[in-house]
Amino acid sequence: MSNLPLTAIAYPAKGSAGRTGLWRTERPVINYERCVKCLICWLYCPEPAVVRRGDDSVEIDYDYCKGCGICANECPAKAITMVEEVS
Amino acid sequence: MQYHEVCFFARGGQGAVVAARLLVHAVSLEGLWGQAFPLFGGERRGAPVYSFARISDKPVRVRSQIREPDALIVFDRALLSALTFKVKKGGFVLANSPSKPSVESADRVYWVDATAIAKRNGLVVAGWPVVNTAMLGALTKVWSLVSLSSLKRSILDAWTGKLGEVNAKAAEEAYNEVMTGE
Amino acid sequence: MPRVVLSGNEAVAVGVKLSRVNVVAAYPITPQTTIVEKIADYVEQGELKARFINVESEHSAMAACIGAAAGGARCFTATSSQGLLYMGEMVYWAGGARLPIVMAVVNRALAPPWSIWCDHNDALSLRDAGWIQMWAESVQEVLDMMVLAYKVAENERVLLPVMVNLDGFLLSHAYEPVEVPTQETVDLFLPEKRPAPYWIDVVDPKSYGTIASPDTYMEFRFKLQAAMDEAARVIEEVDAEWSRMTGRSYGGLLELYKCEDAEVGLVVVGSWAGDAKEAIDRLREKGVRAGVIRLRVTRPFPSRSLASVAESMDAVAVVDRSLSPGLPSVLLSEVRNALYDNGKKPYVKGFIAGLGGRDVTPLDFEAAVESTLKAKEDGGSRVEWLGLKGGRDVC
Repeated sequence: MSNLPLTAIAYPAKGSAGRTGLWRTERPVINYERCVKCLICWLYCPEPAVVRRGDDSVEIDYDYCKGCGICANECPAKAITMVEEVS
Repeated sequence: MQYHEVCFFARGGQGAVVAARLLVHAVSLEGLWGQAFPLFGGERRGAPVYSFARISDKPVRVRSQIREPDALIVFDRALLSALTFKVKKGGFVLANSPSKPSVESADRVYWVDATAIAKRNGLVVAGWPVVNTAMLGALTKVWSLVSLSSLKRSILDAWTGKLGEVNAKAAEEAYNEVMTGE
Repeated sequence: MPRVVLSGNEAVAVGVKLSRVNVVAAYPITPQTTIVEKIADYVEQGELKARFINVESEHSAMAACIGAAAGGARCFTATSSQGLLYMGEMVYWAGGARLPIVMAVVNRALAPPWSIWCDHNDALSLRDAGWIQMWAESVQEVLDMMVLAYKVAENERVLLPVMVNLDGFLLSHAYEPVEVPTQETVDLFLPEKRPAPYWIDVVDPKSYGTIASPDTYMEFRFKLQAAMDEAARVIEEVDAEWSRMTGRSYGGLLELYKCEDAEVGLVVVGSWAGDAKEAIDRLREKGVRAGVIRLRVTRPFPSRSLASVAESMDAVAVVDRSLSPGLPSVLLSEVRNALYDNGKKPYVKGFIAGLGGRDVTPLDFEAAVESTLKAKEDGGSRVEWLGLKGGRDVC
């Protein structure tokens, strides 16, 4: 108790709720041939588990992606497909 | 111990609340203690309003209503018929009136034409003569508790410049013109 | 020191100025309005370097103070009655978030029926909000209490908001000669605020006011309670420090008047304590050994001090300016509660009085004490409504 602050405070930290990638039943897979680097997926990802690279291409951080499918739904180029997890 | 209660009876807009405050400031300059407070209700401009002051040589601690003041100061002669207060035995009424007012509820009665004093000093706000400082000037004449000079200082502390000066002048004129009679 | 004549509301504003408050957010309501009018004046004239935030409601006023206080600013707001209730949700928020905001509450009865006059139900309705609640008797005490409130609120052992209560009209609009402490004195007493480590800071980002699971919520509430216990000690210390600096002491949690040899005590809160003291003097002339116990602070409730003062008394009369319908009154219950666990406890009789600004005089307090002594002898009613037209006992 003594290490609790006086009131509820949350500090920014990666994955404070644990590895949310384990929550996934389907994973988003990017088809880079269709990707137009519009960054809509990066903008909409609620986690954020879409990682933006220096050249504005994107990749998924599967440790934390919960598989919600928003990126696949929003992608205007239909470059993201949800694929069933196997392992 | 000295302890006195004062009631100001006026119309909303005539400056009764300010009068009570100026009086307490004046007595505090003489080393006395005091308390000024209004009787708040649905007051409006022109409606009968009361304000009060307590004066003592010790800090004033009582805060309940004053029921029987030592001094009753009436800012408008027409209000005398609407009086709901009686002064304490030995107390007095001081009224704003050009002639001797008829007051049955007090042994001693004083009067001063504060309206005329206010008008000739230009103390008219929104068409109404403001008589509070003149009435206080008259009070310092008939009551040894507070001096005219302390009252004038209290007035000059409240208003700077010309406004303070004319109010102090009105107080002094009333001091010189207040009347008494059996 | 020369005295100046101030109203209770002006004294609050002077206290805010002397405390160098950084942010003021408020919404007008009778009889509080002249406090923020005066502060707005100070800010406009450059006498107080503060941000004055105009808001659209009391709820927003407290929300603005919460945000500013979380950023480390010294904040002030003021309200009354309905305004306080409308602010209610945010009042609890400030307490739970441990923000040292000071709020003046100019006590006014709650509607309906509409009333602009004084009683204590507005502030007492928020007694469980995690705020320290202080109550002033005189205009001088209002001014001193404002400065002391910040000192207590910002103490690292406390970190709680403080409500400074002053009776509507009876204090807020009463003018009295007051000694105004110098700015140097107040600066020495109340140093510039040091932000606590958890306050919002752009170089150390964090999210404030997040959820607490059933795993931790109770511990946060326990810390709040512990801070209140600590506040009781800090209030006494701060009162002693103020007394050393200005010569004015109010007794900390309780002010006792002629209690040393008293057989009967009169328990009151707020500005009518003066009328109560007057009554005590008259009773003593009649041979009744009576004294006044004025609660200056009701949160933290001074249970231990009260029990230790009252244990040598045979009877206590509690005159309460609040009603808790069905209970029947807040202060009466809290006083009884404080005395219950003490080995030696006096007979207690409660009086409900002064609701909606009903005038209560020294004669009424005298009657309350006499009625308490009589009830103790003949087993009469334990609760009485003072000055109720028709004079009917209610319980």
